[in-house]
Amino acid sequence: MIRRDFALCALRGLIKPRDLVVAVYQSCFDWLALCPRDLNYVSTGAMGQASSHALGLAIGSPDRQVIVLDGDGSLLMNLGSLVTIATVRPQHFLHLVFENGVYEVNGEHPTPGAGKVDFAAMAIAAGYQRAVCFSELGAFEAALSELLAADGPVMAVLKIIPGVAYPRDYAYIHSEETREKFRAALNRIDG
Amino acid sequence: MSASVEPGHPAPPNGEAIIAQLKEAGVGVIVSVPDIVTSDGLLWPISKDPDFQLIRVCKEDEGVSICAALSYSSTRALLLMQQTGLMDSLNAIRAIAMDYRQPVCMMVGLQGKTPDETIFGSASYGVRIIPPILDAMALTHVGIETDTDTPRIGPAINNAYETSDALCFLIGQSPVWTGGRA
Repeated sequence: MIRRDFALCALRGLIKPRDLVVAVYQSCFDWLALCPRDLNYVSTGAMGQASSHALGLAIGSPDRQVIVLDGDGSLLMNLGSLVTIATVRPQHFLHLVFENGVYEVNGEHPTPGAGKVDFAAMAIAAGYQRAVCFSELGAFEAALSELLAADGPVMAVLKIIPGVAYPRDYAYIHSEETREKFRAALNRIDG
Repeated sequence: MSASVEPGHPAPPNGEAIIAQLKEAGVGVIVSVPDIVTSDGLLWPISKDPDFQLIRVCKEDEGVSICAALSYSSTRALLLMQQTGLMDSLNAIRAIAMDYRQPVCMMVGLQGKTPDETIFGSASYGVRIIPPILDAMALTHVGIETDTDTPRIGPAINNAYETSDALCFLIGQSPVWTGGRA
């Protein structure tokens, strides 16, 4: 199992200034603490919608790398988006699924099919260009550069356990100020 | 494909005119789940029109998110669907379009409404309840029943993007397509 904050620290080391990061729930709160930046897209609004927001960003900014920090419970709510994303085939699209088998911020109840569902196989069956699963941090760290450079859409499923519990600042992720900061950064000439 | 107009019924909206309005408003991306009301008069022509990028989604709430995200790069989009898809997407619309006040523009075919009835007078429960639901959400809606309504489309979309507000067109009769290109 991989500590989520360690996996996010590995990603932080490879993030480029123009990359767009779409994040949800605890992965989002951890990411905001570990890598605060204007091009973090965190106002996804409704559970399950991260991958679809990310697709919209990818269509609107096809030259940018888009990275989704999704959860297993969230993705289960929007499995059809895998097919939509694979059909559009955004070239620079890395879909990270943090799999812990529970609805972490909603009482830690188990997700349906916890431990049995194969998200990587689903992504491949939907038409993703590549999908891999990691349960060891070293293997993820070794593969991450290549996954970011690969033709998308690409999925990486991470079998995770919580690390440091960063505060859940819902007011920040839902604030207009957050969205306006993202919009301004996206539309900056060299942003 | 063309459609005949039955005597006594108001003339249905024209597909070419609707598409021309979308183009005038700068809409470049159409996100859709097929709807039988708008299939022949809008979605099939749009699918063959190189001026549009058509994103076929599996479920309508995906489209709410896609349209909202596209607005950040000033890319104008329209979510084309049936009222069943609108109903299925209410939480996404509530959060992403309304709570966040983002310019998500939707065009909704009212399946089950006949040309000789009003929306409120429709025999279909699924049709009658749509305007009150949108009113309860404070979501602006514009009825497109006849060809005289189509000029309202472009200005309404422009206003939605200028004010960052959501918008929903309700298509009460199947648009006719006469075979031209908008």
